[in-house]
Amino acid sequence: MDKVLEVKNLSKVYGKGCADCFGLTGPQADTNICPSCGSVVAAHDVSFDLYKGEILGIMGESGSGKSTSVKCLFFDEEPTSGSAVFYDDGKQYNLFTLNAAQQRQLSSRRFGMVYQNPYLGLNFDISAGGNIAERLLMSSISHFGAIRERASSLLQRAEVPTARIDALPKTFSGGMQQRVQIAKALSTYPPLLFLDEVTTGLDLSVQAAILDLIMEIQQEIETAMIVVTHDLGVIRLLAGRTLVMKYGRVIESGLTDQVLEDPQHAYTQRLVASAL
Amino acid sequence: MTHHIEPIDSPCVLRVQGYAKQFVLHEQSKIIPSSQHVELSVYQGQLTALIGPTGSGKSSVLKGIYRTYLPSDGRVLYRSKNGYEIDLAKADEHHILQLRNDEISFVTQFLHVLPRKPSEFLVAQPLIKRGTSMSEAIDKARDMLARLNLPEHLWCLSPTNFSGGEKQRVNLARSLVAKPRLLLLDEPTSSLDPTTTNVVVKELKKLKDYGVAMLAIFHDPALVEEMAEHIVELQIPQSIEQLQEKTQA
Ligand SMILES: Nc1ncnc2c1ncn2[C@@H]1O[C@H](COP(=O)(O)OP(=O)(O)OP(=O)(O)O)[C@@H](O)[C@H]1O
Ligand SMILES: Nc1ncnc2c1ncn2[C@@H]1O[C@H](COP(=O)(O)OP(=O)(O)O)[C@@H](O)[C@H]1O
Ligand SMILES: [Mg+2]
Ligand SMILES: [Mg+2]
Ligand SMILES: [Zn+2]
Repeated sequence: MDKVLEVKNLSKVYGKGCADCFGLTGPQADTNICPSCGSVVAAHDVSFDLYKGEILGIMGESGSGKSTSVKCLFFDEEPTSGSAVFYDDGKQYNLFTLNAAQQRQLSSRRFGMVYQNPYLGLNFDISAGGNIAERLLMSSISHFGAIRERASSLLQRAEVPTARIDALPKTFSGGMQQRVQIAKALSTYPPLLFLDEVTTGLDLSVQAAILDLIMEIQQEIETAMIVVTHDLGVIRLLAGRTLVMKYGRVIESGLTDQVLEDPQHAYTQRLVASAL
Repeated sequence: MTHHIEPIDSPCVLRVQGYAKQFVLHEQSKIIPSSQHVELSVYQGQLTALIGPTGSGKSSVLKGIYRTYLPSDGRVLYRSKNGYEIDLAKADEHHILQLRNDEISFVTQFLHVLPRKPSEFLVAQPLIKRGTSMSEAIDKARDMLARLNLPEHLWCLSPTNFSGGEKQRVNLARSLVAKPRLLLLDEPTSSLDPTTTNVVVKELKKLKDYGVAMLAIFHDPALVEEMAEHIVELQIPQSIEQLQEKTQA
Protein backbone atom coordinates (compact mmCIF):
# COMPACT_ATOMS: atom_id res chain seq x y z
CA MET A 1 0.00 0.00 0.00
CA ASP A 2 1.23 3.46 -0.85
CA LYS A 3 1.49 6.12 1.76
CA VAL A 4 0.25 9.52 0.62
CA LEU A 5 0.73 11.65 3.70
CA GLU A 6 2.55 11.42 7.01
CA VAL A 7 1.85 14.09 9.60
CA LYS A 8 3.97 14.28 12.73
CA ASN A 9 3.40 16.41 15.83
CA LEU A 10 1.59 19.17 14.03
CA SER A 11 0.88 22.17 16.27
CA LYS A 12 -0.71 25.54 15.67
CA VAL A 13 -0.81 28.31 18.26
CA TYR A 14 -2.72 31.51 17.54
CA GLY A 15 -1.03 34.24 19.55
CA LYS A 16 2.50 34.94 20.73
CA GLY A 17 2.76 31.70 22.73
CA CYS A 18 4.78 30.96 25.87
CA ALA A 19 6.50 28.07 27.59
CA ASP A 20 3.25 27.11 29.38
CA CYS A 21 1.01 26.96 26.30
CA PHE A 22 1.09 23.20 25.77
CA GLY A 23 1.29 22.19 29.44
CA LEU A 24 -1.71 24.27 30.51
CA THR A 25 -4.09 23.48 27.64
CA GLY A 26 -5.76 20.34 26.29
CA PRO A 27 -8.47 17.91 27.42
CA GLN A 28 -7.15 17.64 30.99
CA ALA A 29 -6.98 21.38 31.37
CA ASP A 30 -10.42 21.62 29.79
CA THR A 31 -9.43 24.55 27.60
CA ASN A 32 -7.45 25.46 24.50
CA ILE A 33 -6.62 28.94 25.79
CA CYS A 34 -3.32 29.27 27.59
CA PRO A 35 -3.98 30.83 31.04
CA SER A 36 -0.47 32.33 31.13
CA CYS A 37 -0.40 34.19 27.82
CA GLY A 38 -3.92 33.95 26.41
CA SER A 39 -2.86 32.30 23.15
CA VAL A 40 -5.17 29.74 21.54
CA VAL A 41 -3.62 26.31 21.16
CA ALA A 42 -5.79 25.32 18.20
CA ALA A 43 -3.93 22.08 17.46
CA HIS A 44 -1.12 20.29 19.22
CA ASP A 45 0.80 17.10 18.56
CA VAL A 46 -1.48 15.92 15.78
CA SER A 47 0.03 12.87 14.09
CA PHE A 48 -1.41 10.45 11.54
CA ASP A 49 -0.75 8.85 8.22
CA LEU A 50 -2.91 8.39 5.17
CA TYR A 51 -2.72 5.83 2.36
CA LYS A 52 -3.77 5.92 -1.26
CA GLY A 53 -7.54 5.86 -1.66
CA GLU A 54 -8.12 5.95 2.08
CA ILE A 55 -10.71 8.17 3.76
CA LEU A 56 -9.70 9.42 7.20
CA GLY A 57 -12.37 11.03 9.36
CA ILE A 58 -11.67 13.78 11.89
CA MET A 59 -14.47 14.34 14.39
CA GLY A 60 -14.83 16.45 17.49
CA GLU A 61 -16.92 19.33 18.68
CA SER A 62 -16.72 22.82 17.31
CA GLY A 63 -13.40 24.52 18.12
CA SER A 64 -11.49 21.29 18.70
CA GLY A 65 -8.96 22.09 15.97
CA LYS A 66 -10.21 20.04 13.04
CA SER A 67 -10.23 22.85 10.49
CA THR A 68 -6.98 24.28 11.77
CA SER A 69 -5.19 20.98 11.22
CA VAL A 70 -6.49 20.67 7.68
CA LYS A 71 -5.77 24.33 6.86
CA CYS A 72 -2.15 23.87 7.87
CA LEU A 73 -1.84 20.95 5.47
CA PHE A 74 -3.42 22.93 2.63
CA PHE A 75 -1.11 25.91 3.39
CA ASP A 76 -4.01 28.16 4.42
CA GLU A 77 -2.31 28.53 7.80
CA GLU A 78 1.31 28.27 8.84
CA PRO A 79 1.86 25.63 11.52
CA THR A 80 3.78 26.53 14.69
CA SER A 81 5.68 23.24 14.65
CA GLY A 82 5.57 19.72 13.31
CA SER A 83 6.14 18.11 9.95
CA ALA A 84 4.13 16.68 7.10
CA VAL A 85 5.49 14.63 4.23
CA PHE A 86 3.50 14.23 1.02
CA TYR A 87 4.41 11.27 -1.20
CA ASP A 88 3.63 11.74 -4.85
CA ASP A 89 4.81 9.88 -7.93
CA GLY A 90 7.91 8.53 -6.25
CA LYS A 91 8.80 11.96 -4.85
CA GLN A 92 8.60 13.23 -1.27
CA TYR A 93 7.69 16.75 -0.28
CA ASN A 94 8.35 18.08 3.18
CA LEU A 95 5.33 20.37 3.14
CA PHE A 96 6.32 22.93 5.75
CA THR A 97 9.81 23.56 4.37
CA LEU A 98 8.67 24.31 0.82
CA ASN A 99 8.76 27.89 -0.44
CA ALA A 100 5.54 29.72 -1.28
CA ALA A 101 5.74 28.97 -5.01
CA GLN A 102 6.27 25.26 -4.41
CA GLN A 103 3.37 25.24 -1.96
CA ARG A 104 1.10 26.97 -4.46
CA GLN A 105 2.11 24.44 -7.06
CA LEU A 106 1.09 21.54 -4.83
CA SER A 107 -2.14 23.07 -3.58
CA SER A 108 -3.28 24.00 -7.06
CA ARG A 109 -2.36 20.73 -8.75
CA ARG A 110 -1.99 17.87 -6.33
CA PHE A 111 -4.31 18.84 -3.46
CA GLY A 112 -7.97 19.75 -3.46
CA MET A 113 -9.90 21.54 -0.75
CA VAL A 114 -13.63 21.82 -0.24
CA TYR A 115 -14.64 24.31 2.43
CA GLN A 116 -17.83 24.42 4.48
CA ASN A 117 -18.30 27.95 3.22
CA PRO A 118 -18.40 28.00 -0.61
CA TYR A 119 -17.20 31.64 -0.54
CA LEU A 120 -13.78 30.35 0.54
CA GLY A 121 -13.50 27.80 -2.23
CA LEU A 122 -15.11 29.58 -5.17
CA ASN A 123 -14.52 32.83 -6.93
CA PHE A 124 -17.98 34.41 -6.89
CA ASP A 125 -17.11 36.94 -9.58
CA ILE A 126 -16.73 34.35 -12.31
CA SER A 127 -18.95 31.57 -13.65
CA ALA A 128 -19.03 27.96 -12.45
CA GLY A 129 -17.13 26.86 -15.53
CA GLY A 130 -14.73 29.78 -15.09
CA ASN A 131 -13.94 28.61 -11.57
CA ILE A 132 -12.84 25.27 -12.89
CA ALA A 133 -10.97 26.80 -15.81
CA GLU A 134 -9.12 29.07 -13.39
CA ARG A 135 -7.85 26.09 -11.44
CA LEU A 136 -6.96 24.17 -14.59
CA LEU A 137 -5.01 27.16 -15.95
CA MET A 138 -2.82 27.05 -12.86
CA SER A 139 -2.09 23.39 -13.56
CA SER A 140 -0.65 21.95 -16.74
CA ILE A 141 -3.65 22.11 -19.04
CA SER A 142 -3.71 25.29 -21.07
CA HIS A 143 -5.65 24.52 -24.23
CA PHE A 144 -8.92 26.43 -24.04
CA GLY A 145 -11.06 23.77 -25.71
CA ALA A 146 -9.66 21.05 -23.48
CA ILE A 147 -10.32 23.15 -20.39
CA ARG A 148 -13.89 23.90 -21.37
CA GLU A 149 -14.50 20.24 -22.09
CA ARG A 150 -13.05 19.10 -18.75
CA ALA A 151 -15.08 21.73 -16.89
CA SER A 152 -18.28 20.69 -18.56
CA SER A 153 -17.74 16.97 -17.95
CA LEU A 154 -16.85 17.59 -14.28
CA LEU A 155 -19.94 19.70 -13.68
CA GLN A 156 -22.02 17.04 -15.33
CA ARG A 157 -20.38 14.46 -13.10
CA ALA A 158 -21.33 16.59 -10.09
CA GLU A 159 -24.86 16.86 -11.44
CA VAL A 160 -24.69 20.59 -12.07
CA PRO A 161 -26.77 21.13 -15.24
CA THR A 162 -24.45 21.84 -18.18
CA ALA A 163 -26.71 24.70 -19.15
CA ARG A 164 -25.58 26.50 -15.99
CA ILE A 165 -21.87 26.32 -16.81
CA ASP A 166 -21.72 30.05 -17.57
CA ALA A 167 -23.87 31.13 -14.62
CA LEU A 168 -22.40 32.83 -11.55
CA PRO A 169 -22.15 30.73 -8.36
CA LYS A 170 -24.28 33.23 -6.45
CA THR A 171 -27.26 32.17 -8.56
CA PHE A 172 -26.87 28.56 -7.31
CA SER A 173 -28.38 26.83 -4.28
CA GLY A 174 -26.09 25.93 -1.38
CA GLY A 175 -25.96 22.28 -2.40
CA MET A 176 -25.12 23.20 -5.98
CA GLN A 177 -22.37 25.60 -4.86
CA GLN A 178 -20.88 22.73 -2.86
CA ARG A 179 -20.98 20.50 -5.91
CA VAL A 180 -19.25 23.15 -8.04
CA GLN A 181 -16.63 23.40 -5.30
CA ILE A 182 -16.13 19.65 -5.40
CA ALA A 183 -15.91 19.66 -9.20
CA LYS A 184 -13.33 22.45 -9.01
CA ALA A 185 -11.27 20.69 -6.36
CA LEU A 186 -11.31 17.50 -8.40
CA SER A 187 -10.55 19.08 -11.75
CA THR A 188 -6.86 18.19 -11.52
CA TYR A 189 -7.59 14.64 -10.28
CA PRO A 190 -5.64 15.33 -7.10
CA PRO A 191 -4.30 12.39 -5.10
CA LEU A 192 -5.21 14.21 -1.87
CA LEU A 193 -8.48 15.94 -1.06
CA PHE A 194 -9.52 17.82 2.09
CA LEU A 195 -13.23 18.11 2.87
CA ASP A 196 -14.14 20.41 5.76
CA GLU A 197 -17.77 20.04 6.90
CA VAL A 198 -18.93 19.94 3.30
CA THR A 199 -22.44 18.75 4.13
CA THR A 200 -23.03 20.76 7.30
CA GLY A 201 -26.09 22.96 7.04
CA LEU A 202 -27.49 21.34 3.90
CA ASP A 203 -30.80 19.47 3.56
CA LEU A 204 -30.62 15.73 4.10
CA SER A 205 -31.37 14.92 0.46
CA VAL A 206 -28.72 17.36 -0.75
CA GLN A 207 -26.26 15.94 1.78
CA ALA A 208 -27.01 12.49 0.41
CA ALA A 209 -26.26 13.50 -3.18
CA ILE A 210 -22.96 15.08 -2.13
CA LEU A 211 -21.90 12.06 -0.10
CA ASP A 212 -22.72 9.83 -3.07
CA LEU A 213 -20.56 12.00 -5.28
CA ILE A 214 -17.66 11.82 -2.82
CA MET A 215 -17.89 8.04 -2.54
CA GLU A 216 -18.04 7.52 -6.28
CA ILE A 217 -14.98 9.67 -6.81
CA GLN A 218 -13.10 7.85 -4.13
CA GLN A 219 -13.79 4.55 -5.84
CA GLU A 220 -13.04 5.87 -9.30
CA ILE A 221 -9.84 7.83 -8.93
CA GLU A 222 -8.62 6.52 -5.56
CA THR A 223 -8.16 9.95 -4.09
CA ALA A 224 -7.08 9.89 -0.45
CA MET A 225 -9.34 12.11 1.61
CA ILE A 226 -9.46 13.78 4.99
CA VAL A 227 -13.08 14.32 5.94
CA VAL A 228 -13.71 16.77 8.77
CA THR A 229 -17.16 16.62 10.31
CA HIS A 230 -18.98 16.53 13.59
CA ASP A 231 -21.66 14.35 12.01
CA LEU A 232 -21.08 10.76 13.16
CA GLY A 233 -23.37 9.46 10.41
CA VAL A 234 -21.12 10.96 7.75
CA ILE A 235 -18.05 9.53 9.49
CA ARG A 236 -19.57 6.04 9.64
CA LEU A 237 -20.48 6.19 5.97
CA LEU A 238 -17.26 7.52 4.59
CA ALA A 239 -14.25 6.92 6.80
CA GLY A 240 -12.30 3.70 7.36
CA ARG A 241 -10.34 5.24 10.22
CA THR A 242 -11.19 8.16 12.44
CA LEU A 243 -9.43 10.63 14.74
CA VAL A 244 -11.30 12.24 17.61
CA MET A 245 -10.13 15.72 18.63
CA LYS A 246 -10.74 17.76 21.74
CA TYR A 247 -9.15 21.08 22.71
CA GLY A 248 -6.59 20.75 19.94
CA ARG A 249 -5.45 17.20 20.75
CA VAL A 250 -6.17 13.86 19.17
CA ILE A 251 -7.64 11.99 22.14
CA GLU A 252 -8.54 8.81 20.34
CA SER A 253 -8.06 7.18 16.97
CA GLY A 254 -8.99 3.86 15.46
CA LEU A 255 -11.04 1.97 12.91
CA THR A 256 -14.26 3.93 12.50
CA ASP A 257 -16.59 1.10 13.55
CA GLN A 258 -14.42 0.54 16.62
CA VAL A 259 -14.37 4.21 17.60
CA LEU A 260 -18.17 4.32 17.31
CA GLU A 261 -19.03 0.94 18.89
CA ASP A 262 -16.22 0.54 21.42
CA PRO A 263 -14.99 4.06 22.17
CA GLN A 264 -12.15 4.06 24.70
CA HIS A 265 -12.02 7.63 25.90
CA ALA A 266 -14.66 9.09 28.25
CA TYR A 267 -15.19 12.02 25.90
CA THR A 268 -15.75 9.82 22.84
CA GLN A 269 -18.15 7.63 24.85
CA ARG A 270 -20.18 10.71 25.70
CA LEU A 271 -20.06 12.00 22.11
CA VAL A 272 -21.23 8.68 20.66
CA ALA A 273 -23.91 8.16 23.32
CA SER A 274 -25.38 11.60 22.73
CA ALA A 275 -25.55 11.00 18.98
CA LEU A 276 -27.65 7.83 19.29
CA MET B 1 -15.28 -26.39 26.57
CA THR B 2 -14.58 -27.61 23.02
CA HIS B 3 -16.02 -30.68 21.39
CA HIS B 4 -14.40 -31.97 18.23
CA ILE B 5 -17.00 -33.86 16.28
CA GLU B 6 -14.64 -34.74 13.48
CA PRO B 7 -10.90 -35.22 13.59
CA ILE B 8 -8.96 -32.10 12.75
CA ASP B 9 -7.29 -32.67 9.46
CA SER B 10 -7.61 -29.26 7.98
CA PRO B 11 -5.26 -26.27 8.27
CA CYS B 12 -6.07 -23.95 11.13
CA VAL B 13 -7.02 -20.45 9.93
CA LEU B 14 -7.79 -18.80 13.27
CA ARG B 15 -6.70 -19.53 16.84
CA VAL B 16 -8.17 -17.50 19.67
CA GLN B 17 -6.29 -17.88 22.94
CA GLY B 18 -7.30 -16.48 26.32
CA TYR B 19 -9.55 -13.89 24.72
CA ALA B 20 -11.42 -11.55 27.06
CA LYS B 21 -13.36 -8.37 26.49
CA GLN B 22 -14.63 -5.90 29.02
CA PHE B 23 -16.13 -2.47 28.53
CA VAL B 24 -14.88 0.37 30.71
CA LEU B 25 -17.70 2.89 30.85
CA HIS B 26 -16.11 6.03 32.24
CA GLU B 27 -19.24 8.13 32.66
CA GLN B 28 -21.03 5.44 34.69
CA SER B 29 -17.80 4.32 36.46
CA LYS B 30 -18.62 0.77 35.46
CA ILE B 31 -16.76 -2.18 34.06
CA ILE B 32 -18.90 -4.60 32.06
CA PRO B 33 -17.27 -7.96 31.39
CA SER B 34 -18.50 -9.33 28.09
CA SER B 35 -16.40 -12.39 27.23
CA GLN B 36 -13.92 -14.33 29.36
CA HIS B 37 -11.47 -17.21 28.86
CA VAL B 38 -12.35 -17.79 25.25
CA GLU B 39 -10.32 -20.49 23.48
CA LEU B 40 -11.26 -21.57 19.97
CA SER B 41 -9.94 -22.61 16.60
CA VAL B 42 -11.39 -22.32 13.14
CA TYR B 43 -10.29 -24.57 10.29
CA GLN B 44 -10.24 -24.29 6.54
CA GLY B 45 -13.43 -25.72 5.04
CA GLN B 46 -15.00 -26.30 8.45
CA LEU B 47 -17.40 -24.51 10.75
CA THR B 48 -16.89 -23.74 14.40
CA ALA B 49 -20.11 -22.89 16.23
CA LEU B 50 -20.14 -20.57 19.24
CA ILE B 51 -22.88 -21.48 21.68
CA GLY B 52 -23.87 -20.26 25.14
CA PRO B 53 -26.66 -18.42 26.91
CA THR B 54 -27.62 -14.90 26.00
CA GLY B 55 -25.06 -12.48 27.42
CA SER B 56 -22.24 -15.03 27.35
CA GLY B 57 -20.35 -12.81 24.94
CA LYS B 58 -20.75 -14.66 21.65
CA SER B 59 -21.23 -11.55 19.51
CA SER B 60 -18.46 -9.82 21.42
CA VAL B 61 -16.06 -12.56 20.38
CA LEU B 62 -16.89 -12.11 16.69
CA LYS B 63 -16.62 -8.33 16.98
CA GLY B 64 -13.29 -8.69 18.76
CA ILE B 65 -11.94 -10.86 15.95
CA TYR B 66 -13.14 -8.35 13.33
CA ARG B 67 -11.72 -5.55 15.56
CA THR B 68 -15.02 -3.68 15.84
CA TYR B 69 -14.23 -4.20 19.51
CA LEU B 70 -10.70 -3.86 20.86
CA PRO B 71 -9.92 -7.11 22.67
CA SER B 72 -9.01 -6.57 26.35
CA ASP B 73 -6.90 -9.70 26.65
CA GLY B 74 -5.66 -12.69 24.72
CA ARG B 75 -4.46 -13.41 21.24
CA VAL B 76 -6.38 -13.66 17.99
CA LEU B 77 -3.96 -15.46 15.71
CA TYR B 78 -4.95 -15.41 12.07
CA ARG B 79 -3.12 -17.32 9.35
CA SER B 80 -3.32 -15.31 6.17
CA LYS B 81 -3.57 -16.39 2.56
CA ASN B 82 0.13 -15.64 2.20
CA GLY B 83 0.95 -17.96 5.06
CA TYR B 84 2.00 -15.45 7.72
CA GLU B 85 0.41 -15.48 11.17
CA ILE B 86 -0.79 -12.22 12.66
CA ASP B 87 -2.37 -11.27 16.00
CA LEU B 88 -5.52 -9.42 14.98
CA ALA B 89 -5.86 -8.05 18.51
CA LYS B 90 -2.72 -5.98 17.96
CA ALA B 91 -2.48 -5.61 14.21
CA ASP B 92 -2.04 -2.21 12.62
CA GLU B 93 -5.34 -0.63 11.51
CA HIS B 94 -4.36 -0.47 7.86
CA HIS B 95 -3.55 -4.14 7.98
CA ILE B 96 -6.99 -4.90 9.45
CA LEU B 97 -8.67 -2.83 6.74
CA GLN B 98 -6.76 -4.74 4.09
CA LEU B 99 -7.73 -8.11 5.60
CA ARG B 100 -11.38 -7.02 5.81
CA ASN B 101 -11.19 -6.14 2.15
CA ASP B 102 -9.42 -9.28 0.97
CA GLU B 103 -9.88 -12.14 3.42
CA ILE B 104 -12.19 -11.70 6.40
CA SER B 105 -15.90 -11.09 6.07
CA PHE B 106 -18.53 -10.56 8.78
CA VAL B 107 -22.28 -11.09 8.52
CA THR B 108 -23.39 -8.90 11.39
CA GLN B 109 -26.75 -9.10 13.14
CA PHE B 110 -27.72 -5.76 11.69
CA LEU B 111 -27.07 -4.48 8.22
CA HIS B 112 -24.77 -1.44 8.11
CA VAL B 113 -24.61 -0.27 4.52
CA LEU B 114 -24.53 2.88 2.48
CA PRO B 115 -28.01 4.35 2.26
CA ARG B 116 -29.76 4.89 -1.08
CA LYS B 117 -27.71 2.25 -2.88
CA PRO B 118 -29.48 -0.58 -4.72
CA SER B 119 -29.22 -3.96 -3.01
CA GLU B 120 -27.51 -5.52 -6.02
CA PHE B 121 -24.82 -2.83 -5.89
CA LEU B 122 -24.26 -3.36 -2.15
CA VAL B 123 -23.85 -7.08 -2.73
CA ALA B 124 -21.46 -6.45 -5.62
CA GLN B 125 -19.45 -3.88 -3.68
CA PRO B 126 -16.97 -6.25 -1.94
CA LEU B 127 -16.08 -7.68 -5.36
CA ILE B 128 -15.76 -4.23 -6.95
CA LYS B 129 -13.43 -3.16 -4.15
CA ARG B 130 -11.22 -6.11 -4.98
CA GLY B 131 -11.03 -5.11 -8.61
CA THR B 132 -13.78 -7.17 -10.27
CA SER B 133 -15.42 -5.22 -13.09
CA MET B 134 -18.75 -3.60 -12.32
CA SER B 135 -20.74 -5.71 -14.77
CA GLU B 136 -19.25 -9.02 -13.66
CA ALA B 137 -19.72 -8.10 -9.98
CA ILE B 138 -23.36 -7.13 -10.56
CA ASP B 139 -23.98 -10.41 -12.41
CA LYS B 140 -22.59 -12.40 -9.51
CA ALA B 141 -24.59 -10.32 -7.03
CA ARG B 142 -27.85 -10.92 -8.92
CA ASP B 143 -27.10 -14.60 -9.15
CA MET B 144 -26.62 -14.83 -5.38
CA LEU B 145 -29.71 -12.74 -4.61
CA ALA B 146 -31.71 -15.04 -6.86
CA ARG B 147 -30.35 -18.10 -5.11
CA LEU B 148 -31.30 -16.63 -1.74
CA ASN B 149 -34.84 -16.05 -3.07
CA LEU B 150 -34.83 -12.29 -2.76
CA PRO B 151 -37.65 -11.16 -5.11
CA GLU B 152 -36.19 -9.64 -8.25
CA HIS B 153 -38.14 -6.38 -8.00
CA LEU B 154 -36.22 -5.60 -4.79
CA TRP B 155 -32.73 -5.85 -6.33
CA CYS B 156 -32.67 -2.29 -7.54
CA LEU B 157 -33.97 -0.87 -4.25
CA SER B 158 -32.01 0.15 -1.18
CA PRO B 159 -32.49 -2.37 1.66
CA THR B 160 -33.06 0.45 4.18
CA ASN B 161 -36.81 -0.21 4.26
CA PHE B 162 -36.69 -3.98 3.73
CA SER B 163 -38.15 -6.50 6.19
CA GLY B 164 -35.80 -8.18 8.65
CA GLY B 165 -35.54 -11.32 6.53
CA GLU B 166 -34.95 -9.39 3.29
CA LYS B 167 -32.20 -7.34 4.93
CA GLN B 168 -30.63 -10.49 6.27
CA ARG B 169 -30.48 -11.99 2.79
CA VAL B 170 -28.77 -8.89 1.38
CA ASN B 171 -26.35 -9.03 4.27
CA LEU B 172 -25.60 -12.71 3.68
CA ALA B 173 -25.32 -12.31 -0.08
CA ARG B 174 -22.60 -9.67 0.40
CA SER B 175 -20.43 -12.09 2.29
CA LEU B 176 -21.28 -15.15 0.22
CA VAL B 177 -20.27 -13.62 -3.11
CA ALA B 178 -17.03 -12.39 -1.57
CA LYS B 179 -15.90 -15.98 -0.82
CA PRO B 180 -13.68 -14.82 2.04
CA ARG B 181 -10.99 -16.94 3.63
CA LEU B 182 -12.60 -16.51 7.05
CA LEU B 183 -16.31 -15.88 7.46
CA LEU B 184 -17.85 -14.68 10.72
CA LEU B 185 -21.62 -15.15 11.04
CA ASP B 186 -23.80 -13.73 13.82
CA GLU B 187 -27.23 -15.45 13.78
CA PRO B 188 -27.41 -15.31 9.97
CA THR B 189 -30.78 -17.06 9.71
CA SER B 190 -32.60 -15.60 12.72
CA SER B 191 -35.22 -13.78 10.61
CA LEU B 192 -35.59 -16.31 7.81
CA ASP B 193 -38.40 -18.78 7.13
CA PRO B 194 -37.53 -22.51 7.04
CA THR B 195 -37.36 -22.66 3.24
CA THR B 196 -34.95 -19.75 2.98
CA THR B 197 -32.96 -21.08 5.93
CA ASN B 198 -32.46 -24.29 4.00
CA VAL B 199 -31.21 -22.36 1.00
CA VAL B 200 -28.74 -20.50 3.22
CA VAL B 201 -27.55 -23.76 4.76
CA LYS B 202 -26.95 -25.13 1.27
CA GLU B 203 -24.96 -22.04 0.27
CA LEU B 204 -22.90 -22.13 3.45
CA LYS B 205 -22.10 -25.79 2.82
CA LYS B 206 -20.95 -24.92 -0.69
CA LEU B 207 -18.65 -22.27 0.76
CA LYS B 208 -17.30 -24.82 3.19
CA ASP B 209 -16.53 -27.17 0.32
CA TYR B 210 -14.80 -24.28 -1.37
CA GLY B 211 -12.54 -24.06 1.69
CA VAL B 212 -13.95 -21.09 3.61
CA ALA B 213 -13.30 -21.26 7.36
CA MET B 214 -16.37 -20.25 9.37
CA LEU B 215 -17.08 -19.14 12.89
CA ALA B 216 -20.80 -18.88 13.48
CA ILE B 217 -23.46 -18.16 16.06
CA PHE B 218 -26.78 -19.90 15.30
CA HIS B 219 -29.92 -19.31 17.32
CA ASP B 220 -31.19 -22.77 16.36
CA PRO B 221 -29.44 -25.80 17.93
CA ALA B 222 -30.51 -27.95 14.97
CA LEU B 223 -28.37 -25.77 12.71
CA VAL B 224 -25.37 -26.19 14.98
CA GLU B 225 -25.93 -29.93 14.78
CA GLU B 226 -26.14 -29.83 11.01
CA MET B 227 -23.37 -27.36 10.21
CA ALA B 228 -20.66 -27.51 12.87
CA GLU B 229 -17.52 -29.61 12.92
CA HIS B 230 -16.51 -27.93 16.18
CA ILE B 231 -18.55 -26.46 19.01
CA VAL B 232 -17.30 -23.95 21.55
CA GLU B 233 -19.50 -23.14 24.53
CA LEU B 234 -19.18 -19.81 26.34
CA GLN B 235 -20.22 -19.10 29.94
CA ILE B 236 -21.76 -15.89 31.21
CA PRO B 237 -18.76 -13.88 32.37
CA GLN B 238 -18.19 -13.23 36.04
CA SER B 239 -18.73 -9.69 37.22
CA ILE B 240 -15.84 -7.65 38.54
CA GLU B 241 -17.24 -8.08 42.09
CA GLN B 242 -17.35 -11.87 41.71
CA LEU B 243 -13.81 -11.89 40.41
CA GLN B 244 -12.64 -9.73 43.33
CA GLU B 245 -14.35 -12.01 45.89
CA LYS B 246 -12.59 -14.95 44.32
CA THR B 247 -9.17 -13.40 44.60
CA GLN B 248 -9.81 -12.39 48.22
CA ALA B 249 -10.98 -15.89 49.23
N1 LIG C 1 -20.60 -2.07 22.86
C1 LIG C 1 -20.88 -2.52 24.10
N2 LIG C 1 -20.79 -1.68 25.16
C2 LIG C 1 -21.06 -2.10 26.41
N3 LIG C 1 -21.42 -3.37 26.71
C3 LIG C 1 -21.52 -4.26 25.71
C4 LIG C 1 -21.27 -3.88 24.35
N4 LIG C 1 -21.45 -4.98 23.56
C5 LIG C 1 -21.80 -5.98 24.38
N5 LIG C 1 -21.84 -5.56 25.68
C6 LIG C 1 -22.16 -6.39 26.84
O1 LIG C 1 -21.37 -7.58 26.81
C7 LIG C 1 -22.12 -8.71 27.21
C8 LIG C 1 -22.10 -9.80 26.14
O2 LIG C 1 -22.85 -9.34 25.02
P1 LIG C 1 -22.92 -10.12 23.64
O3 LIG C 1 -23.75 -9.30 22.72
O4 LIG C 1 -21.56 -10.47 23.18
O5 LIG C 1 -23.71 -11.45 24.07
P2 LIG C 1 -24.26 -12.65 23.19
O6 LIG C 1 -23.70 -13.90 23.77
O7 LIG C 1 -24.01 -12.43 21.75
O8 LIG C 1 -25.81 -12.57 23.53
P3 LIG C 1 -27.11 -12.90 22.60
O9 LIG C 1 -27.23 -14.39 22.60
O10 LIG C 1 -28.22 -12.24 23.35
O11 LIG C 1 -26.86 -12.30 21.26
C9 LIG C 1 -23.52 -8.19 27.56
O12 LIG C 1 -23.58 -7.95 28.96
C10 LIG C 1 -23.61 -6.91 26.78
O13 LIG C 1 -24.51 -6.00 27.36
N1 LIG D 1 -7.38 32.83 12.79
C1 LIG D 1 -7.57 32.48 14.08
N2 LIG D 1 -7.17 33.30 15.08
C2 LIG D 1 -7.35 32.95 16.35
N3 LIG D 1 -7.92 31.82 16.78
C3 LIG D 1 -8.35 30.97 15.83
C4 LIG D 1 -8.21 31.25 14.44
N4 LIG D 1 -8.73 30.22 13.75
C5 LIG D 1 -9.17 29.33 14.66
N5 LIG D 1 -8.95 29.78 15.93
C6 LIG D 1 -9.27 29.09 17.15
O1 LIG D 1 -8.64 27.82 17.14
C7 LIG D 1 -9.46 26.82 17.71
C8 LIG D 1 -9.72 25.70 16.73
O2 LIG D 1 -10.52 26.20 15.68
P1 LIG D 1 -10.92 25.33 14.42
O3 LIG D 1 -9.73 24.63 13.92
O4 LIG D 1 -11.65 26.23 13.47
O5 LIG D 1 -11.92 24.30 15.08
P2 LIG D 1 -12.95 23.26 14.42
O6 LIG D 1 -12.71 23.24 12.96
O7 LIG D 1 -12.60 21.97 15.08
O8 LIG D 1 -14.30 23.74 14.79
C9 LIG D 1 -10.74 27.55 18.16
O9 LIG D 1 -10.60 27.87 19.54
C10 LIG D 1 -10.75 28.78 17.28
O10 LIG D 1 -11.46 29.83 17.90
MG1 LIG E 1 -14.16 23.89 11.46
MG1 LIG F 1 -25.35 -11.78 20.14
ZN1 LIG G 1 0.95 30.45 26.66
